[in-house]
Amino acid sequence: MYQALFFLFAASAVGFAINLLIQRHPIHSALSLIGVMGSLASLYLMLGAEFLAVVQVIVYAGAVMVLFVFVIMLLNADKEEPSDRSKMAKYLGLPLLFLLLAMITVVIYRQFPEDAMVQFGDFPGQTAAIGRLLFRDFLLPFEVISILILIAIIGAIVLAKKEP
Amino acid sequence: MLSEYFSAVDFLLLKPAILLTIFGIGVMLTDLLLDERQKYFNAVTALVGIGFAAVQMLRIQSQMREAGVSEVEAFRGAIVLDGLGIFFIWLFLISTAITILISFRYLEIENEHHGEYYAILLFATVGMIFLAIGMDLITLFVGLELMVLSIYILAGFLRGDRRSNEAAMKYLLLGAFSSGILLYGMSLLYGMSNSTNLRVIGSALSQRPLGDPLVIMAVVTIAAGLFFKIGAVPFHQWLPDVYEGAPHSVAAFMSVGPKVAAFALLLRLFLVPLGELREQWEPLLIGVAVATMTLGNLAAISQSNIKRMLGYSAISHVGYILLGLVAGNETGLKGIVIYLLVYVFMNLGIFTVVVAMRRRDLVGDEINDMAGLMHKSPVMAILSLIFLLSLAGIPPTAGFLGKYFIFLSLLETGHYTLAVIAVLYVAVAIYYYFRIVVVMFMQPPADQELPSMSLGIRCALGVTAAMTLFMGLYPEPFIQLATGPVLAILR
Amino acid sequence: MPNYYIQSYIPILMLLAVVILLAVGMLVASYLLGQHRPTREKLTAYECGITPTGDARHRFSVKFYLVAMLFILFDVEVIFLYPWAVIFKELGIFGFVEMLLFLVIVLAGFAYLWKKGALDWTKADSGGL
Repeated sequence: MYQALFFLFAASAVGFAINLLIQRHPIHSALSLIGVMGSLASLYLMLGAEFLAVVQVIVYAGAVMVLFVFVIMLLNADKEEPSDRSKMAKYLGLPLLFLLLAMITVVIYRQFPEDAMVQFGDFPGQTAAIGRLLFRDFLLPFEVISILILIAIIGAIVLAKKEP
Repeated sequence: MLSEYFSAVDFLLLKPAILLTIFGIGVMLTDLLLDERQKYFNAVTALVGIGFAAVQMLRIQSQMREAGVSEVEAFRGAIVLDGLGIFFIWLFLISTAITILISFRYLEIENEHHGEYYAILLFATVGMIFLAIGMDLITLFVGLELMVLSIYILAGFLRGDRRSNEAAMKYLLLGAFSSGILLYGMSLLYGMSNSTNLRVIGSALSQRPLGDPLVIMAVVTIAAGLFFKIGAVPFHQWLPDVYEGAPHSVAAFMSVGPKVAAFALLLRLFLVPLGELREQWEPLLIGVAVATMTLGNLAAISQSNIKRMLGYSAISHVGYILLGLVAGNETGLKGIVIYLLVYVFMNLGIFTVVVAMRRRDLVGDEINDMAGLMHKSPVMAILSLIFLLSLAGIPPTAGFLGKYFIFLSLLETGHYTLAVIAVLYVAVAIYYYFRIVVVMFMQPPADQELPSMSLGIRCALGVTAAMTLFMGLYPEPFIQLATGPVLAILR
Repeated sequence: MPNYYIQSYIPILMLLAVVILLAVGMLVASYLLGQHRPTREKLTAYECGITPTGDARHRFSVKFYLVAMLFILFDVEVIFLYPWAVIFKELGIFGFVEMLLFLVIVLAGFAYLWKKGALDWTKADSGGL
């Protein structure tokens, strides 16, 4: 069941990513990116990284994607015309991709020869641990981040707001 | 509110930063209530805020003296206030205060006199303070981002000016990229030591075998990120462009406050966690320092825009300061500290002159715009001469003092070739600084408009010129001043 | 393997399955059951029933972008509330004050942008600001 779920979400992440690359229209690519992020969030969730999953959904799939879509609409981006692709990419692209995948596989099997797969939900309680670190040990950086957000707000308004 | 995670000492050490933050927010909000003619009130509030922070610093220092300690830890070692930190905080407060003094009239002329400017300056100072006293990777990085984010905005503050927009854009893109590289190096440090505390990282790194590829990778990425922030070759290309495009007063600020803060970060990272790895980063540092001096000095010769020229001259000064770190002995560190102190005053001084050159309908950043300054305003021309002599490093001005200690440390540690190269480039520097002098004193004025003076600019010129001369003529107290920071580094 | 963790997410998994099935089912059902007689009128974009005017592709105002940027910033602020809420009881009054300070500083930014009229859509709303 868990393995089936893993492969389901992993496959959908890869599928959306490939779709992102082959779509000609920027908006379609942006929508595929939301799919990638959603699938990734599910994978994080299955490992027990609830905080990461929530950040992935709320900040990335939510806010950052809104910004992406607005930029695409702001620039009025139209269909991409395929340019003259370089010959190098055409002939070397796929072999190099497989070489990279093979290398990653080899490294992983070298590092973890025994078949010790990470079990789903292996790291529960992450959110509370992050909270304890953030609000106790890293109390100072946490408070400074509020000034950082404040400056970003001022910056957005100073640089982007039209003077009446 | 006090608990085991937040003690009275923590609060005491944070007070200057807290005061600056409160005043920053205050300026930001009161600006909404002020009309066009009352904007000077923002500058006054910001100066008062810096005054409060300075008073608080004095009180912290006197309490430290009473308790007989030279170093206070807070937030379980995440921040450490030692001699070096105190020295840097004072430099930041001074450079921000002088920047506020020279900005006031300038922003009025540019028609962009908004309270946000002063609020952002104060927030940037908060970030710089954390760079000076941070002993923890996360605190340092948040402080760094606070500082650079502020400068991105300030660089683009003249929204109607395309050059300003371009400067902000360039600095934002390259700055974000370099922050990423620096963060990557920091993550490697964390990965090797399982701690974000610099001292713990230092002891963990000394356990690693010699020539460990992971360590080399961390040193190289951290060095690359830091070299970008201080503007050392080969990561310097942004600097002249940004200085040229940014508002004059912001270029003045960038050339001192954030630059000194980046040096504070560089000293902390290279001397605390990477201190044991000296033989690994010393060759790298020598190469970068020589390349930086060479490029900075040679490229400055052919500039016609004074802000660009000062940008290249700032690059060359970075090269000299790095040489002090190459020598690395007590004299070298003393040289770095004195050089930074002198550099803040002389560089702010010459930039104040540039700011005063901005008149109603004249941008005033070409060298030719200074033509005949001797006839128009003899005082300003003579003060500029002092600043330029000091930048070139000619006695009896303060600039000589900084260079003297750097050269001395190079000789003491046997880096004779480096010393010869550094002295040769001083000759080159004299050439391009004197081009400005010739234009000011020998050429007839190109226009009749007088430099724009204001109370703030007069004060700034007075303070910077007095310090530049005084430090050169009577250096003993300042050399004494440098021993505290140096002892803090050597401990 | 802590089973309770997986079990707590089973409802979400079921919801996901229902959503996908429903969406795909509706598309397939309408494709199989419906009649297909497309005309020019039927294929135009649906714009509240009236005849669409102009092209949908035109440049959007930079105002949207400003709102999106502000949205991200407040989104990032909200993310910090999540781990805080999880251990709220454990942190006690200390954590409460801590978050209050954080929020006050960010809310100062909110007051600023409100007063600046960054949230007003037209000039008329901003009261002549």
